[in-house]
Amino acid sequence: MRVNWKSYNPGQFFDELISSPGYARKPARRLASYLSSLNQDDLLQKKTAAELAIKTMGISFTVYSDAGNIDREWPMDIIPRLIAASEWDRTSEGLAQRLQALNCFIHDIYNEQKVLKDGLLPKELILDSGNYRKQCMGIKPRGNVWAHICGTDLIKDRDGRFYVLEDNLRVPSGVSYMLENRRVTKRVFPELFDSNYNIRPVTDYPTELFDMLASLSPRQVKYPDIVVLTPGIFNSAYFEHSFLAQQMGADLVEGGDLVVEDDKVFMRTIGGLALVDVIYRRIDDLFLDPSVFNKESVLGVAGLFNAWVKGNVALANAPGAGVADDKIIYTYVPKLIKYYLDEDPILPNVPSFVCVDKAERDHVLKNLDKMVVKPANESGGYGMLMGPQASKRQLAEFRRRIKANPRNYMAQPLISLSTVPVLGERSVEPRHVDLRPFILQGAGSSYVTPGGLTRVAMVKGSYVVNSSQGGGSKDTWIIEDF
Amino acid sequence: MLLSRVAERVYWQARYLERAENTARLVSVFSALLMDLPPGTKLGWESLIQITGNEKNFSERFKLAKERQVIRYLLAERNGISIIEMLAAARENARTTREILPAEAFELINELYFRTRDKADAGVDRGKRYEFLADIVTECQQFWGLMAGTMIRDSAYSFVRMGRSLERADMTTRIVDAGSSNLLPDLEIEVDDPESREPYENILWMNILLSQSAYQMYRQHVREPVKAEEVVRFLLQSEEFPRATSHNLTTVTKVLEKLPNSSRVKWQTDKVRRLVREADINALLNHGLLHFYPHLFLSRSAGDVENLLRRGLLQYLDNVQKEIAKVHLRIAETWFQHNT
Repeated sequence: MRVNWKSYNPGQFFDELISSPGYARKPARRLASYLSSLNQDDLLQKKTAAELAIKTMGISFTVYSDAGNIDREWPMDIIPRLIAASEWDRTSEGLAQRLQALNCFIHDIYNEQKVLKDGLLPKELILDSGNYRKQCMGIKPRGNVWAHICGTDLIKDRDGRFYVLEDNLRVPSGVSYMLENRRVTKRVFPELFDSNYNIRPVTDYPTELFDMLASLSPRQVKYPDIVVLTPGIFNSAYFEHSFLAQQMGADLVEGGDLVVEDDKVFMRTIGGLALVDVIYRRIDDLFLDPSVFNKESVLGVAGLFNAWVKGNVALANAPGAGVADDKIIYTYVPKLIKYYLDEDPILPNVPSFVCVDKAERDHVLKNLDKMVVKPANESGGYGMLMGPQASKRQLAEFRRRIKANPRNYMAQPLISLSTVPVLGERSVEPRHVDLRPFILQGAGSSYVTPGGLTRVAMVKGSYVVNSSQGGGSKDTWIIEDF
Repeated sequence: MLLSRVAERVYWQARYLERAENTARLVSVFSALLMDLPPGTKLGWESLIQITGNEKNFSERFKLAKERQVIRYLLAERNGISIIEMLAAARENARTTREILPAEAFELINELYFRTRDKADAGVDRGKRYEFLADIVTECQQFWGLMAGTMIRDSAYSFVRMGRSLERADMTTRIVDAGSSNLLPDLEIEVDDPESREPYENILWMNILLSQSAYQMYRQHVREPVKAEEVVRFLLQSEEFPRATSHNLTTVTKVLEKLPNSSRVKWQTDKVRRLVREADINALLNHGLLHFYPHLFLSRSAGDVENLLRRGLLQYLDNVQKEIAKVHLRIAETWFQHNT
């Protein structure tokens, strides 16, 4: 195994490191020549070192399967992905702008509903959304912010520009892997972290998250009590819940650790009950409070919703925030930015067709074999149709589903996702990637991670980047231009 | 303030890790004895199963209690009580309390678990066993060093310390068990002749001390040659030796001073402490039953009397173990009632 860029050919796709066989893009030149200077032993040793570090550090995720839940080591490719700082700064502004508009939208939906009255989007779209919570009507969270933590998925098309693929506003995960990938890369390539490459650090995130959560506290005290609420050890993102609690010095609690009395939330400690001010919840809305939502839920806490309504505890993200995390609402976001902020959107959406609109639906049905069809409320890549790879039977099935429930589907032309090199068995090979940066919005502040989590489809030609379906990841470097 | 659930998990993490280490120490006594005892003597491997309190579970799985079965059972099997299972349990408890432990603490346990798991089969072999067991002991000690050197002295630390000390207090009584009554009658040597028995008995007690890293400390502080009553006294009653039962019970009482609502736990701990400190080891070893029930011995052979005498200490140790178990019950009642 050796890195030979001359035999690396991304073909028709936009490759982020190599512009044509043998030629690295400018910010990547040093990395490319460094990698090709390593001999087989060096490369193997670095690859093994990374795998060992991941195992030792216990960086894992859980896969649900019929055979039970399996704790797997986090898959990471050691070659970092590079993004120039000048390009990133603009992208970062676009992400903050987007979340700001989304929060205006959510607040409007649960209060005045101006946007519906002005006819910007049909009322049914909201009322039919699986993520709309009528119980949240009339509530005004601190700073009118509902979605405090957002993971927005970006992709690059053949033109090399970033497009927004979707916004994750419910319980987005992955940020811990972004942080751990950097820790591993520092162990594996310490020689690259010097003054020649100015790589933006990512380690700030837990501090930023803590400060943002503290800004939500109903009690104005110097050290509010902040907890991370997890569904427990069997959740696929448990590692992350534990990691963030550890990094913030917050308590990691399960539903059973909390109790509500007099509309206040307490945790059970060895010294009795202790008041909780802010809950960073990693449990879905519907399982949060069995007295209001799903009655069967054993993960949540009875009375929690009311404690939040009374303003005695802050919830991040707020219940109901997912109303903007809907693949159909997504298609309206550029309009919403203009409507609420009176600004032009900095980041474009991927062109999309909503099946509820007759003309657009007809276009989708006619071109189904060229489209990616997504259901409105699923995540993790489930329930999707990849038109170009689908069988006739799958196409027919989706045609039926779309006609039966057009509200639930949107479609996008298949984007030619950009590629980056990964270290394969024998050489470097191009693989498709996306990027999930994390955006924080508190009462009066916002923050965007420098870079984010790069996810890679490890199978040749595949577009599926989800770790639950065989995807991998990469460290992402925002490097200052020079 | 520490969550009850987290308190329970860090407490068990410490107990499981300590139990794994002590099981490794126990097995190493036996393995060392193998090499020191004269040809023709046989070790009673099944007593290792009794000492760890697993007779029933073991007999359901194995017909024979020979070296190979016993070692496999205690080291490598997926049976809920082997070293590998205890390390798995310690790891799982640490994994679910990572947010509270020093970051390196979980990494160390995690590595220890994987390495031990990968080597467990080799550890069953006599040739690799010493190294296998010694590595476990060293890495467990490394863990305690890491905790002592990096963890803040908050209530989570108190629960870790309490779990470790209580487990160690209990396991040391089991190590003494191994030396006293369980082992000797199974050695096929002339028990009727006290003089021929003595050198082997000393070898036995020396190995017991070695397994507890206590031999050197014993020589420095006791100054007596190695003999049963002094070793038992040292391992049970020393306040200075960190693996002695009494020392560990004292540690528990010190920890209790820092925890809320600890009075019931303290009462029970003081009770065990008195039981250990005030025991007359000589009487238990040499007079025991004979002192209280002389009529029992009138028609017995010398060998029978020997067995009965030893049973005095055995029963006493059993009692200490039961009282230690009650300390745990008080702890659980006081602090771990998180889901009711």
